[in-house]
Amino acid sequence: MFTLRFFKEVFHPPYEFKELTKQSFLIGYKSFPLVATTGFIIGLVLTIQSRPTLAKFGADSWLPAMVAVSIIREIGPVITALIFAGKVGSGIGAELASMNVTEQIDAMQVSWTNPFKYLVVTRVVSATLMLPLLVVFSDAIGLFGSYVGVNLRGDVSAHLYLSQIFQSLEYKDFIPAFIKTFFFGFAVGLIGCFEGYNSNKGTEGVGKAANTAVVFASLMVFIIDMIAVQITSLFQY
Amino acid sequence: MEHLKKSFGDHRVLQDINLVVNKGEDLVILGQSGTGKSVLIKCIVGLLDPDEGKLLIFGRNTAELKEKELMEIRKRIGFLFQSSALYDSMTVRDNLEFPLRRQLRSLSQDQMDMLVKEALQNVGLADAIEKTPSELSGGMRKRLGLARTLILKPEIMLYDEPTAGLDPITSKEISALIREVQRTYNTSSIIITHDIECARRTANRIIVIKEGICVAEGSYADLKGSKDPWVRSFFE
Repeated sequence: MFTLRFFKEVFHPPYEFKELTKQSFLIGYKSFPLVATTGFIIGLVLTIQSRPTLAKFGADSWLPAMVAVSIIREIGPVITALIFAGKVGSGIGAELASMNVTEQIDAMQVSWTNPFKYLVVTRVVSATLMLPLLVVFSDAIGLFGSYVGVNLRGDVSAHLYLSQIFQSLEYKDFIPAFIKTFFFGFAVGLIGCFEGYNSNKGTEGVGKAANTAVVFASLMVFIIDMIAVQITSLFQY
Repeated sequence: MEHLKKSFGDHRVLQDINLVVNKGEDLVILGQSGTGKSVLIKCIVGLLDPDEGKLLIFGRNTAELKEKELMEIRKRIGFLFQSSALYDSMTVRDNLEFPLRRQLRSLSQDQMDMLVKEALQNVGLADAIEKTPSELSGGMRKRLGLARTLILKPEIMLYDEPTAGLDPITSKEISALIREVQRTYNTSSIIITHDIECARRTANRIIVIKEGICVAEGSYADLKGSKDPWVRSFFE
């Protein structure tokens, strides 16, 4: 019902563009430092950990390509979505639940405002649009982290590194991975809003909403990922 | 309202409420905690739907109105929440501008600034304009909640426990403010409270609710001298 109501409200004017912009800033821009740091560390660690195995088979030169494919196809989107679920999903859940407790949602309703449109639609749309952008940034920074990792025990120029990466990547690596991030963002936003908006009254409800939002949103990221992989495989083979 | 009833599961909160609010009148609804006073006020404002009974606002039966028509009626009703319900993420100014932007979209920024300043001056909070609700005391929050409600000049004011959690001096100030609002704007008000001092200071008429039923009605003096010892106990 909650999802159906979202689709009913999202296309129905009036549109809350000002709040949408504000939420996009809070959800997207404010998540950037965390996502960037995680992306860099993932790229660096993945490179360092993969090197010995590849070296055993004399395949060191495949390192950039292997890391790039891993980051772009799977690790970048999924790890970023999980970080996003932890930060944004819990934040939305706690914020809306506390607005519920303090009657702020009721106050909006009596102020001739549709609180579902103002609070839920804007947050879900922002999360859906911002996560793909964050994943693009996270992937790029992850590849930079990998470049640093490659150069910890070697001397590979940026030009050579980039050419190795782009030779190994195809559109079929980028596009499905990019598309699924919209679904990840939608799931995180929707679950956070659902838990917060429908929380039980009381401070206990706030904590529970935040916690449940993270758990379910993270689980949903894995489920969507599993479905996305199956669909992608159908088209590729 | 006539024969208004509301239950939550098996719990019957409002059993049979009948009351009329006259124009320009401050009606106090008195009762113990948990007797359905807040449920009643939420039914009036449209946050809860009554199970049975008739609710007429400005002569129109709310059960027969479409959502858009209900919204139009809500525009004419102000509601001061028990917790003030201020938007934590907004400043005092933004809290006051929020209903203006929603309901009076044609206002210019200068007109809005003027209305915000006037509303804050009326409740003695002119200096707090750039503060956030978390920086305000309980009494100030209540006054800000009142200013936010009054900025749209409602014809009916609903107060849900306006003095709950406040010290006696601030309670007295809020009660005086309620009287002033009635005098200035000629609003009709329903004041839900269990604070007898607030009732004494604000009421033109008092209705006492017990277990979801109106059990007594009259002026403060009438009810103070009531023959029913339970009603009288409120005033002792």
